[in-house]
Amino acid sequence: MSEIVVDGEPLPFVEGQTVAAALVAAGRVAWRTTRVQHRPRGVFCGIGVCFDCLVRIEGTGGQRACLVQAVAGMTVTTGEHDDE
Amino acid sequence: MSEPADLVVVGAGPAGMAAAVTALAGGLRVVLVDSGPAVGGQFWRHPPEHARVAIPTGDLHHGLREYLALCAALSAGRAAGRLDLRLAHHVWSAVRDDEFAVHAADRREAPRERPVVLRAPRLLVATGAYDRQLPFPGWDLPGVLTIGGLQALLKGGGVAAGSRVALGGTGPFLLPVAAGLAARGIAVVTVCEAADPRAWLRHPGALLRNPGKWAEGAGYAAVLARHRVPVRPRTAITGAEGGERVTSVRIASLTSDGSPRPGTERRVEVDAVGVGWGFAPQLDLLLPFGCELTDSADGNAVVAVDDGQRTTVPGLYAAGEACGVGGAPLAVAEGRLAAESVLADSGAAPALSRKSLVRARATVARQRAFARAMSMAHPVPAAWSSWLTDETVVCRCEEVTAGAVRAACAEGGAHDHRQVKQLTRAGMGWCQGRMCGPAVHCLAAQKRAYVPAERLVATPVTLGALAQLDE
Repeated sequence: MSEIVVDGEPLPFVEGQTVAAALVAAGRVAWRTTRVQHRPRGVFCGIGVCFDCLVRIEGTGGQRACLVQAVAGMTVTTGEHDDE
Repeated sequence: MSEPADLVVVGAGPAGMAAAVTALAGGLRVVLVDSGPAVGGQFWRHPPEHARVAIPTGDLHHGLREYLALCAALSAGRAAGRLDLRLAHHVWSAVRDDEFAVHAADRREAPRERPVVLRAPRLLVATGAYDRQLPFPGWDLPGVLTIGGLQALLKGGGVAAGSRVALGGTGPFLLPVAAGLAARGIAVVTVCEAADPRAWLRHPGALLRNPGKWAEGAGYAAVLARHRVPVRPRTAITGAEGGERVTSVRIASLTSDGSPRPGTERRVEVDAVGVGWGFAPQLDLLLPFGCELTDSADGNAVVAVDDGQRTTVPGLYAAGEACGVGGAPLAVAEGRLAAESVLADSGAAPALSRKSLVRARATVARQRAFARAMSMAHPVPAAWSSWLTDETVVCRCEEVTAGAVRAACAEGGAHDHRQVKQLTRAGMGWCQGRMCGPAVHCLAAQKRAYVPAERLVATPVTLGALAQLDE
């Protein structure tokens, strides 16, 4: 199994999974808080429509985790606010 | 492919694949573009080609033989240098000057984006649909997903989002998702189907003419029976509870107008939920062209097409769910007809035999009749908004509550989702109203079909990528 790096910690994934699938496989369904009510959010639509699953990838914010293929060594930062 | 293309097809789901294959068979040069890592769209969603041994999902698919035949024909088209297949390309705009220009961000090395402009004299839009959502208290808790999202994780990544799952909403799509989860050992504790199955009896013709549909349904029913998954008609998930993650749902029996029957509500423990109320067609690329729309029986406005899938804009064709939600066999047949029109309008000889063409037309007629019966039998319940409290979040992005939307209608005088947006910011966030649009439309007491807001940029694109466009 390959690994991505999520908030500094290694997270295994199966080649071909998206970043969201890797997070869900590890039991995580929330990785972001909303701007107004500070509510936890993660994957919802799973197909790139709802923008709930936003993360920062290789330093670039506003990435939909459900659309980005995980690549070995890819750095993912969670806790993305929706106004970033 | 170095020579200019004759046709750009946006969307490599069933409709776009079939259209590209038919156009290639007719000798055209085709660009097929899709945001996903593999062809197939949502219906035939697959992991990328190199990952299919590590993530086996073949058993989760219906109509796989057709998919594989289309894949083989696309591969042959690529080998012959006549198909330019652009996967992981996100189309953010399509415009028309002397020809069509489709603007996309090449995200094969995401998050890096490289701008691409794909040009051709003809454009076929086959961008499909996504789950239509109705808010309910707790629907924004982590672990509550769309049913399509549950299925996408399963089909695309081999991952289940929970171990005890409740599904709810309406429509036949609940069944394959439930069956897929059950087949992977997930406890599907309840499937709440809001509709009354007897509603189908009002449309016996549509059922009798489509034996393939009930054979498919019977297959799912058998899987669900084997795994003892209870499908409960005339019930709905009316609330979800939990903290950092959903821990239970409330389900209730529904009266004939869709309001919860008093005293029937009960709580079921779950760690994931999937909901969906039919589909909303993805019209983003079509609306800015100003093509004529028409009302579909499911409450959506869809693109009007002639019997050859031509929109009212010359050179612009549409196939699949954008012309009315109806499922993969309809989309495939519409894709073939659209490509035949492209061939005819380009002065090329037909690709399909007379017999195949007749068969495709008959499939479209039969499947559209089925789709119409389906939307009548599985409506959005009239009284669905009685599940909402004033605190229920309706717009997930801007966190606008049902109370705020109701106030905008009652006191602010808003009559449609655009006016609600101006008053409350509902639909103004990241998703641009894709999730809350149909629900806000219903709350604004519209009897008309839902027409989504026009979005000039169909998907976010970085300024950096735009700056690289040196044309």
